Amino acid sequence: MLTKEQIAKRIAQELQDGYYVNLGIGIPTLVANYVPAGMSVTLQSENGLLGMGPFPTEQTIDADLINAGKQTVTTLPGSSFFDSATSFAMIRSGRVDLTVLGAMEVNDKGDIANWKIPGKMVKGMGGAMDLVASAQNIIVAMQHTNRAGQSKLLSELSLPVTGLGCVKKVVTNLCVMNITPQGFELVELAQGVSVQDVKDATQGRLRVSDNLTEIATS
Amino acid sequence: MNKICKNADQAVSGITNDMTLMLGGFGLCGIPENCIAALARSKVSGLTCISNNAGVDDFGIGLLLQNRQVKKMISSYVGENAEFERQLLSGELEVELIPQGTLAERCRATGAGIPAFYTPAGYGTEVADGKEVREFDGKMYIMERAFQSNYAIVKAWKGDTEGNLVFKGTARNFNPMMAMAGKITIAEVEELVAPGVLDPNEIHTPGIFVNKIFLGIDYEKRIEQRTTQEL
Repeated sequence: MLTKEQIAKRIAQELQDGYYVNLGIGIPTLVANYVPAGMSVTLQSENGLLGMGPFPTEQTIDADLINAGKQTVTTLPGSSFFDSATSFAMIRSGRVDLTVLGAMEVNDKGDIANWKIPGKMVKGMGGAMDLVASAQNIIVAMQHTNRAGQSKLLSELSLPVTGLGCVKKVVTNLCVMNITPQGFELVELAQGVSVQDVKDATQGRLRVSDNLTEIATS
Repeated sequence: MNKICKNADQAVSGITNDMTLMLGGFGLCGIPENCIAALARSKVSGLTCISNNAGVDDFGIGLLLQNRQVKKMISSYVGENAEFERQLLSGELEVELIPQGTLAERCRATGAGIPAFYTPAGYGTEVADGKEVREFDGKMYIMERAFQSNYAIVKAWKGDTEGNLVFKGTARNFNPMMAMAGKITIAEVEELVAPGVLDPNEIHTPGIFVNKIFLGIDYEKRIEQRTTQEL
């Protein structure tokens, strides 16, 4: 099984030189730590920063410089600040090349739920609905099952939907799956995880790729 | 016309019960701390607050929630406030959750004289309930309306007595659009200067949008997630 860091590291393999990338809160944020050496990737933070740098030191911390997860961050040479309307103009007009999000549920049609549990948890969608409605390339990073051990990869969502037919790929602690017209396609397995393990943990339609490989975690 | 107010209490003195307010900020970054404190002192109630977040339990808009001064919140993300969640789940507080980009664009439209626009965000979700849906070039969109807001309250880094504003870092966020969108706009600033001190090339919000301005004091600028690294 993959750790959170290993999930992030696997997603980082999807990055390409010159990409503008928006990383959600949680595991997606960790992807920034694994940008391949020599590759230039620009991080967009939807609260109004393009070119997000690493965390500051205690000496350089600035309350007026945070990311979308409300964490203190820094700028880099070439960074820019802008207002929220401009930020979502970038997102809706398709200029962000890759979006990595967490999810509560994904179904085999690529629909995603990640903003609300009726009657229990109401945090809001933040920028997630704008991102999933517009991004061409959306990868979900999440655990394969919830805390109760139930599958988060379903045939139908049980929670309110965030966006329809938008997820292209899911990377979990067990595997990598593409979303295809035939449902989930298992393409890579984590070390020590069997096809049967994935089948047991996946409630939606699942097909095993003819070219199934193991996720490189070294 | 003199736009200068002595302090926050004077700036918010025209705000009365049941008004709709826009409040700038993302999380606790770039929030109008002085005006929120003044509203909390004023005991004005029944407010509808349009703001991306609802503060935390004991800071930002959380202070107004604690005092039960807020009737309705219009926000995109409210996850950091337990009192908010309690009031919402118990039905004491009315809440409209809308996508962040839609919130920003609705503010922008309000200030730009645009009554409505189409966005793909929220299509197929409960956000689209009751809204006009329309297809453009093979993609589905929902119609979103501009807001009606009595006051907009923003926080800027620097301002001059003409009302021109400059924001700092990610404290800019919703402030420029909201500054354009209030029937009356109040700006609180960390530095208030004479006309001519700010470079016209670097003004983010032209003074025409700002009705009242004052020099804020004692900024706490609380940090929600203090993340650092050793070099």
